[in-house]
Amino acid sequence: MPSRLAFVGVWLVLLALLGISMAVTLLELGPWHAALNMILAAASAVLVVWFDMHLRESSGILKLFATGTIIFLLIMFSFGLADWPTR
Amino acid sequence: MTAEAKKAPPKSYIEDGHTLRSWFFSTDHKGIAVLYLVSITLFFFVGGAAATLIRLELLSPNGFILSNDAYNRLFTIHGVIMVWFFLIPSIPNTFGNFLIPIMIGAKDLAFPKLNLASWWIFVFAGCFVIAALLIGGVDTGWTFYAPFSTMFSNGYVIPAVVGVFISGFSTILTGLNFIVTVHRLRAPGMTWFRLPLFVWSIYATSLVMVLATPVLATTLLLIFAERVFGLGFFDPQLGGDPVLYQHMFWFYSHPAVYIMVLPAFAVMSELMTAFSKKHIFGYKVIAFSSLAIAGLGFLVWGHHMFVAGESVYVGLVFSVLSFTIAVPSAIKVFNWTATMRKGYVSFDAPMLFALGFIGLFVIGGLTGLFVAATGLDVHLTRTYFVIAHFHFIMVGGTVSCYFGALHFWWPKMTGRMYPEMPGRIVALLIFFGFMLTFMPQFILGWLGMPRRYHLYPPEFQVLNVLSSAGASILAVAYTAPLFYLAWSLFYGKRAGLNPWGAAGLEWMIPSPPPRENFETVPVVTWEAYPYPLEPQPVAKEDGR
Amino acid sequence: MSDALPAVHEQFQAPGQQLEADRLGLWVFLASEAMLFGAVFFALTVYHLIHPAAMHAATSRLDLVTGVIGTAVLLTSSTTMALAVKAAREGRRTEALIVLVGTVLLGLAFEAIKVHDWFDEYDQGLYPPMGPPFPLPQPAARLYFHLYFVSTGLHAVHLAVGILLVAGVAASLLSNRMKLPERTVTVEMVGLYWQFVDIVWIFLFPTLYLVSR
Repeated sequence: MPSRLAFVGVWLVLLALLGISMAVTLLELGPWHAALNMILAAASAVLVVWFDMHLRESSGILKLFATGTIIFLLIMFSFGLADWPTR
Repeated sequence: MTAEAKKAPPKSYIEDGHTLRSWFFSTDHKGIAVLYLVSITLFFFVGGAAATLIRLELLSPNGFILSNDAYNRLFTIHGVIMVWFFLIPSIPNTFGNFLIPIMIGAKDLAFPKLNLASWWIFVFAGCFVIAALLIGGVDTGWTFYAPFSTMFSNGYVIPAVVGVFISGFSTILTGLNFIVTVHRLRAPGMTWFRLPLFVWSIYATSLVMVLATPVLATTLLLIFAERVFGLGFFDPQLGGDPVLYQHMFWFYSHPAVYIMVLPAFAVMSELMTAFSKKHIFGYKVIAFSSLAIAGLGFLVWGHHMFVAGESVYVGLVFSVLSFTIAVPSAIKVFNWTATMRKGYVSFDAPMLFALGFIGLFVIGGLTGLFVAATGLDVHLTRTYFVIAHFHFIMVGGTVSCYFGALHFWWPKMTGRMYPEMPGRIVALLIFFGFMLTFMPQFILGWLGMPRRYHLYPPEFQVLNVLSSAGASILAVAYTAPLFYLAWSLFYGKRAGLNPWGAAGLEWMIPSPPPRENFETVPVVTWEAYPYPLEPQPVAKEDGR
Repeated sequence: MSDALPAVHEQFQAPGQQLEADRLGLWVFLASEAMLFGAVFFALTVYHLIHPAAMHAATSRLDLVTGVIGTAVLLTSSTTMALAVKAAREGRRTEALIVLVGTVLLGLAFEAIKVHDWFDEYDQGLYPPMGPPFPLPQPAARLYFHLYFVSTGLHAVHLAVGILLVAGVAASLLSNRMKLPERTVTVEMVGLYWQFVDIVWIFLFPTLYLVSR
């Protein structure tokens, strides 16, 4: 199990990611900022799942269920969102 | 609960308590299975009564007993009750609940209190739907399509939607319980590839339950918020897209079709081996095809929306994927039939149900390919062809297997044999009555008779009368087991441990099983379906 | 769940088996929850795609400052919860208690910020069915706010449940009804739920506040 300091480190990274996300938004990068915002959010989520939720030290089956769920969400988004641009 | 033990023979789960409290608040998976059995039977007859009225009304092209509105409410309540309160809980919540712990050599499910809670949630949800029915019904169809359900319907959409929403939690909790149980409670030696295929298939069902049902919850929540708080989500006047509703609804409801039919596959593997006295043909292929169906089932939902305004290109992708899902389903059917080859096949009632399933499921599956083709679907969608197709899968397939399972495991659940001859007659009546009811509907749909109308051109009357005649046979055939099974509870021949000479842990413990299932934790050293069986200590009363 | 007995329920043969079952059960539950929120995100994303101008106008009406503060609060609470689980596993009762209470306070702070936001938006007429007239001309901007209220509401309800659970754990620690490290599993389960709700917000914040800005 990571030390207390490690969790604080993760926390600082999370806050930094939030800060970058704000900077990206305020810099007006055009359509790119939306994609960047979501990538930064995904990175923060991965940090929380991996460290704070202890998935790192969990058994393989828990890792499988966590990643498996993401696949089903991706199915929903990729197949569903493909509809509108191709109409 | 039971402190004293080590008294031979152990008391069965039925004799464990005689008060109502011991039934309604017992966390024993077998008792809960019986609670589900009784409650879904009630719902089956409510939904069946609606179906009977629908078929009665369709005897005449002019609609001679019901108003338009009453007809709409009837087919809605038929759909809502049959889908969410009969088919989805049918096999998993009764036989899955009863058998999964026994089949894997465990004392109970992983979370027995949660299991009891999911039954209570189910009943609570059922109250809302029955209330919606009693105060006037719903006229939206079971799909609750927006914007009709949110902006225009004057039926009691809210209680119905709340009922279905709540029943979803029961489904999710049951699925969760099964998944954890199969992962964590298998007896020593019970490896994944020694599990009966029943367990594999119910496990695949549980994955779909857990991942698809919450999407329905969200969809219904949006319907609820739109109707109650006036928060439009699918309102075209605001730029909302009703097709978005259909995407969300079918993202759940297509996988839900597999929640309903995968458990039938589960039962099939058990019945075909037990009555062919032969190892299943292609164990691993069947096991993985269950998982493949569960996964692919999430990739085909758009085939419900070919004419709804969905993009043609997306429609093409969904069409191709819908064809591919026929492959694992067909693999299973071939493997079951191959299992019979060179087996000692006997034609007891459960086997007749299973053979009936093969006939009906093949027709239902093949006509599924018709409606999965984008071009043909334009002609067939929203006609009786679609009605016939999914009734062949859901009723011909799942309900046949449900009855097969009921007869097969009845001696295990109650300790009594059902009378064999009425069982065989009912199995045959269901098959032929079903064919007579739904074959004419394929022709009607092909000729263009739309679904959800009770008025139709007079030239369709002959086919409609044939269909209704078949429905009357089905009504008799579905009601008869109620009587002879009830009779057998008191007068049926006592069943021994293993009346069928079948393999599986459930046939090695007394009928009905004791509260704890196993006196000592079994150690499994054999593969699934080890036919021909070594001579076992067969119960003496039974001559088989 | 919260009684002090580390006893094994009858359906299990060993404590380790029970622990693994509890963990798997919770992760499966979270998978289900993820699909529930996934559908909300799906609807939001579709409307971002097909009504970009209206979504831009609507997003600009939100208070970015309180949004960022709320997000930082929740990120912090995720860390305090992780520290609580660590303290529980290692049997440090007082430390666990302190970080659990901290987590509750952070959760309450977030809820307070959110309620403040909602009143603020209501006063601006941004709750379309009621209150002052809706200020934006685009009809689809109403769609955005409908989804905004449902998604933030659904998240706030989940967070409220989390606050009650964490407070419950803290209370049973304080009254010595819960022993550590024997009952670590309870802290762990509640923690996983809490951090999941945080992750929902991690995605909800950019989806609602940033992408169309």
